[in-house]
Amino acid sequence: MSNSGIIEHKVKRGIHPPLFALWAAMASIVMMFGSLTSAYIVRQAAGNWLEFRMPDIFFYSTITILISSVTLHTSYWAFRNGRKNLYRLFLPVTLILGIAFVVMQYQGWQALYDIGVALDGNPGGSFFYLISGVHAAHVVGGLFALIVAAIYAFTLPYNYTEKRRRRFQLVLHYWHFVDILWVYLFLFLLIQ
Amino acid sequence: MSSSQQQETDVLINEQGYDDHFHEHHHGDKYQSNFITHYIFSQDHKIIARQFLVTGIFWAIIGASMSIIFRLQLGFPDDSMAWLKPILGKWITINDAGHGALNPEFYYALVTMHGTIIVFFVLTAGLSGTFANLLIPYQLGARDMASPFLNMLSYWFFFLASVVMFISLFLSTGPFAGGWTAYPPLSALPEASSGSGAGMTLWLVSLTFFVVSVLLGGINYVTTVLNLRTKGMNLWRMPLTVWALLVTAILGILSFPVLVSGFFLLIFDRGMGTSFYLSEIFVNGAAMQNVGGSPILYQHLFWFLGHPEVYIIILPAMGLTSEVLSVHARKPIFGYKAMVYSILAIGFLSFIVWAHHMFMSGVNPFISNFFVVFTLIIAVPSAVKVFNWISTLYKGNIRFTSAMLFAIGFVSMFISGGLTGIFLGNSAIDIQLHDTYFVVAHFHIVMGIAAFFGMFAGVYHWFPRMYGRFMNETLGRIHFWMTIVGAYAIFWPMHYMGMAGVPRRYYRFDTFDAFGHFGGLNEFITIAAIITFSAQLLFVFNFFYSIWYGKKMTTKNPWGATTLEWTTPIKAGHGNWPGKLPTVHRWAYDYSKEGADKDFIQQHLPLTDKEKAEEANH
Ligand code: HEM
Ligand SMILES: [Cu+2]
Repeated sequence: MSNSGIIEHKVKRGIHPPLFALWAAMASIVMMFGSLTSAYIVRQAAGNWLEFRMPDIFFYSTITILISSVTLHTSYWAFRNGRKNLYRLFLPVTLILGIAFVVMQYQGWQALYDIGVALDGNPGGSFFYLISGVHAAHVVGGLFALIVAAIYAFTLPYNYTEKRRRRFQLVLHYWHFVDILWVYLFLFLLIQ
Repeated sequence: MSSSQQQETDVLINEQGYDDHFHEHHHGDKYQSNFITHYIFSQDHKIIARQFLVTGIFWAIIGASMSIIFRLQLGFPDDSMAWLKPILGKWITINDAGHGALNPEFYYALVTMHGTIIVFFVLTAGLSGTFANLLIPYQLGARDMASPFLNMLSYWFFFLASVVMFISLFLSTGPFAGGWTAYPPLSALPEASSGSGAGMTLWLVSLTFFVVSVLLGGINYVTTVLNLRTKGMNLWRMPLTVWALLVTAILGILSFPVLVSGFFLLIFDRGMGTSFYLSEIFVNGAAMQNVGGSPILYQHLFWFLGHPEVYIIILPAMGLTSEVLSVHARKPIFGYKAMVYSILAIGFLSFIVWAHHMFMSGVNPFISNFFVVFTLIIAVPSAVKVFNWISTLYKGNIRFTSAMLFAIGFVSMFISGGLTGIFLGNSAIDIQLHDTYFVVAHFHIVMGIAAFFGMFAGVYHWFPRMYGRFMNETLGRIHFWMTIVGAYAIFWPMHYMGMAGVPRRYYRFDTFDAFGHFGGLNEFITIAAIITFSAQLLFVFNFFYSIWYGKKMTTKNPWGATTLEWTTPIKAGHGNWPGKLPTVHRWAYDYSKEGADKDFIQQHLPLTDKEKAEEANH
């Protein structure tokens, strides 16, 4: 048992425990955003609500994070199929796309501010900043995971092991998760 | 259990056990190499359990002492509190005549801190933190939690939360004073009251750390239960303790993040000038900028956590009670499957009743009806559980140990408090009862006292498993009888005050014509509280004394229990079982089985031929 590791030797039962734990954590995050968007609806129904058009940059950031999911999945596929160079190439690409997403969100907030939607103004605007901001924080968490994955990819000799695949899988699932989460939030904020 | 039987157990595990190659991979035990890694930054679930317990006891003493101070104020509003000056300092103001009065602002701070500390630090961390850590790996036949490291972090985040909250007690402006539910605007405007500034900031920081602790713990517990059970331990063979702790953890994972959302909005309102919860508020005659917010929004978010939270507190106590009742009545738990289904039903329903705390907040009465119905439905699985506990006792061969007494006391308290919940659950009756002492009586009996009883039952029962010694039984019984009589004496009369409309959280009542005649009753309650409090000191003494000087445990399974934690060595190392893991062949409640030569059959014992034949017939 490594000092910080998960106990590996146990009766195996389908899903790998760390992956299971990740899914439990994601359920928790879903509840958090579920409650934020519910609060949004409840507050909106009470009237006195600022309507505004979402700045275009949020469309581009959405496309960016969608592409980043594809590139990460490609990298994972390449890792499993012995395509070492493809695997190494697409990890940093994903990382860059991820950083680009966060930067674009930031630009989006600036664009919002420029059209007069202030954080400390009407809750209609405050909610937008808050929800997209908390989501961005979760993406930043994912970026750290990607950095670790990239460091592994470049410092360790390429070698397909079950252990490495599982580790990669954790990053993959989390990244897809923040991606899908954003698509939900984007559509929610767009339609509302 | 005699020592020859003990050897049999070991031999059996060696022959039949499941070999997970644990010891081939773990030469020596790295964890226990020195004092720091063994007792402080330990990753061993057994040690972490004790850390949660001792921290919980520390907070329980603080939280209870606070209640004694504000009870003194309520019972004897005219008596001088000058003697408390050395402890409370500037919060006692002494006039020229030498009469010391408790600062009203600090009175609210005491009530608030009492609630926060007992609900979160004692009955959540101290209760499920302790027993989830102790029992999940032990009773499932696991070496440890899925991630011992995250488990350790879970404790240390709780510790951090504790430190921050403790510091807030010493702020010159005082700790937060707006009630444990932290409703805005008192919580959202730093200038609203003296505790709303730095006090509230530290409250938020502390509870945020606390949520991290709950989530790390909860994710770990669920993962462990669903993935690390030993061979043969299928879900339907798990003891009810583990079922209860599993559902508790799920509730925590799903409800605490909602509280965090509520906190985000609150933090933005406090620091960033947003108006999520605030609208048209005057502080000291000056109008605040904020418009357009709604304080009701916070109530929704808070109670969406808050109601599951009360079940997060009570479910582990229910699990411990079920186990202790069965062991000490020498009978299988009555209706095992019904018990499991009621735990699941309670867990599910607890998410759709939150607005029963808001009947009087101006929510639409039509929507209230919906919540009335679901609230009353919760009484059904609750009643099923009560029925099964009583049936378990029926014709049992009862051993009135301290643990058993507290478990029976739990059932009594849960009935008394559950019944008043049904009154409160009716939105029409709640018009009169909301925010009165009736509510105070309800939740102290059903949650406060009952959960403490479950915890005491657990501590007395598993103390030998934790410390290798027994607690003193005589002291334990005195503790029980003083506590149950005292608790009823404190909280029973509060129902009558509540029905008469006496509001909760008031600084004194003698100045109101309508409530002045309750003066005598208030004195009585305060005296009962002091006596009950002193009984708890007995427990604290017994606990710490027994750790070092208690009667030594000489056999592995002193209570004659069936579950796996009693098959480990008296001093179990990290990894719990020295060789192989026990394999499970039967459910956890084979007590007084017909034809067996003992009145219990442990879970790792293979079925006899006769039992196999019976099973085949089914
Ligand atoms: C039969 C089951 C129960 C029903 C129908 C019920 C109903 C209610 C209702 C309607 C209220 C709101 C009263 C008001 O503020 O006017 C309430 C308050 C409360 N209940 Fe229960 N309850 C039940 C069981 C429990 C249990 C098992 C616990 C805890 C373990 C619990 C803990 C609380 C707490 C802590 C409060 C008050 C919170 C506060 O305002 O500070 N209840 N209950
Ligand atoms: Cu409730």
